[in-house]
Amino acid sequence: MNTLGWPNLRSLNQEGIVFAIAVVLFVAAAIGLPGFIDPNNLVAIVRSVSVLGILALGMAVVIIGRGIDLSAVAIMAMSVAWYLQLLNTGTSDGLAFAYVLAGVLAIGLLNGFLVAYADVPAIFVTLATGSFVFGYVRSQLITQDAVPVPQGHWVELLGGLRFLDIPIEVFVFAGLAFLFFLFLRYTKWGRYIYFAGDNPTAARNIGIPVRPMLVLRYVLSAFVALIAGLLTAASLHSINTRVVNSTLLYDIVLVAVIGGIGLSGGRGGVRNVLVGAALIGILLNAMTIIDIPLLYQNLIKAAILLGAIIVDGIINPRDEQTAQQGDI
Amino acid sequence: MKLIRTLMAAATALAVTAFVAPTFAADDPGPAAYAQALKGKRVMLVPLAMGFDLAQGWAHYLKKEVEAWGGTFETRDPNWVVDAGAQAITDAISSDTRPDVLIIHAPDLNSYSKLMKKAQAAGTYVLLVDNPANFPADAFVGSDWDRLGQLEAEAAIKGCGENSSKKIGLVQGDQANSSSLYQYAGIMKVLDKHPDFKVVAKPDSNWDATTSRNVTTTMLQQNPDICSIIDFWDGDATGASAAIRDAKLDGKVFLVTTGGGEKAADCDKLQDGTYGAVVMTDLARQSGDMNAIIKFLLQSGQPAGTSHTYIYTLEKATTKADLKPDSCWDLKALQAEAAAK
Repeated sequence: MNTLGWPNLRSLNQEGIVFAIAVVLFVAAAIGLPGFIDPNNLVAIVRSVSVLGILALGMAVVIIGRGIDLSAVAIMAMSVAWYLQLLNTGTSDGLAFAYVLAGVLAIGLLNGFLVAYADVPAIFVTLATGSFVFGYVRSQLITQDAVPVPQGHWVELLGGLRFLDIPIEVFVFAGLAFLFFLFLRYTKWGRYIYFAGDNPTAARNIGIPVRPMLVLRYVLSAFVALIAGLLTAASLHSINTRVVNSTLLYDIVLVAVIGGIGLSGGRGGVRNVLVGAALIGILLNAMTIIDIPLLYQNLIKAAILLGAIIVDGIINPRDEQTAQQGDI
Repeated sequence: MKLIRTLMAAATALAVTAFVAPTFAADDPGPAAYAQALKGKRVMLVPLAMGFDLAQGWAHYLKKEVEAWGGTFETRDPNWVVDAGAQAITDAISSDTRPDVLIIHAPDLNSYSKLMKKAQAAGTYVLLVDNPANFPADAFVGSDWDRLGQLEAEAAIKGCGENSSKKIGLVQGDQANSSSLYQYAGIMKVLDKHPDFKVVAKPDSNWDATTSRNVTTTMLQQNPDICSIIDFWDGDATGASAAIRDAKLDGKVFLVTTGGGEKAADCDKLQDGTYGAVVMTDLARQSGDMNAIIKFLLQSGQPAGTSHTYIYTLEKATTKADLKPDSCWDLKALQAEAAAK
């Protein structure tokens, strides 16, 4: 802050820039686009990024600890597809859910173990486990890309749940965001994640259980993916495993990174995810209202991301430490 | 006496004729020529992916018939990845067991053109199914997407009625796939003839149900009085229907889509009112058309790449009112049948 009370340009980081862009877009859309400011439309915006945001929360925790989870979308789609397939072929609900929980836990543990104890880079481990999960479930456990939710099942009922006319995903996203905030901010292990992400060797030297915590983060990310998958199936009454081939995974990383969670680890928090998700949500909604074709939508999305990264690079030049350690 | 002798002679002649007739039937050159031309021939299907109803239906009907005439039927699963499909085609052409007929479900207008040319040069007949491409294949079997779009638009106009808002929303696929582009062209042709009907929005779903839901939510938010929505594929129309359900507009928005006529994907949803009308492809007949053209090409003796036939499948917009027990085919039943073998 200078004496005039204006925010100092130097203190503006990527989160601030993206937040400013989001506010400008919001105001412009509110003035220029009829119906944008309508409460129902605002709810629709939040809802449209809820599943994305939930996945980004899991990704954020992993990235802050200087890792990345490229298996998130595969876990999300395939765990739920397998669950629904089990239900459709007559397995009892409890047993099916227990299988799926065990499967998700196993993949999270495998990711964490390979990264933490076998010292394989996270980007390769999770890329491989993601392909494995998709390939195995798709070829061995389910018969089709799209698996429907059995009629009257709780997942279907979940999709119809509304409080104050607001869909359930929004509350789940808000609740999870709050829980992650408490975890990262006020728990010992949450704080440790920043230390471990900032400087793993130093964290280990002062006695932080760096490796078990790494495993925990991948398990957490896997369970968050399961929740996101269940919410997707709840809304659409089916899950389509084609989503694994889509750009969703990049969108998750985009939300986390555009919000200002550095890929070099140790920085950022839940607020960054919310800012990133807000920008993407407002942008997509406004472009849909204007009826911009998908090709141009992707172009505009990419241009804004590039712009934010360039401005961040100018305002916050990379310091000696990051230069030495490098990103993931 | 003379009469008796004549009668006997006639009877003998008759008996001889009767005796000779079966021998004559056994000499029908058809079956032998048919068997000789077809036996051991290889047919390969490369769809966009094996994991969805159309491809599984085609594979079922083709396999049954090809194996019945002593051929080999194979499929490749590129799982929606264009490169993987290209790889599968390349491998097939250069392998020792080069297929005699290659059935290709093209992802867009141009991707596989060079490979298909190579296949024909190697002597493989190329059939395009469902999606047209900028390539003179030996035969195209599938929907006339323009006509299909017209049927959708007509169904939407009928679903809206004269006293409606006459506002129609489109959920397109993308801007690269021929099925999406031609479908759009067909819809606009009909709407041009009905100037009182207006397209209020035409977002793309990129064939993804979640995207379809989000864009439809926005569309309904902006135009709550839309009377009909046309979603370009039943694979993502579940998203559009979720948006309609969430906006509590069930029964007010007439949802039109198109699909392969699978029971769970189409007929069940017409029955429960999720879809107002579905332009369904008669999959068994479409597979039958493919079988017929394969049998023709293999017997014709003409080199690959010299014939260019278009065989469009008869399309029809089906609504709940004209739903019949045999309107759809049942993927579960086909899978059970295959598993029982």
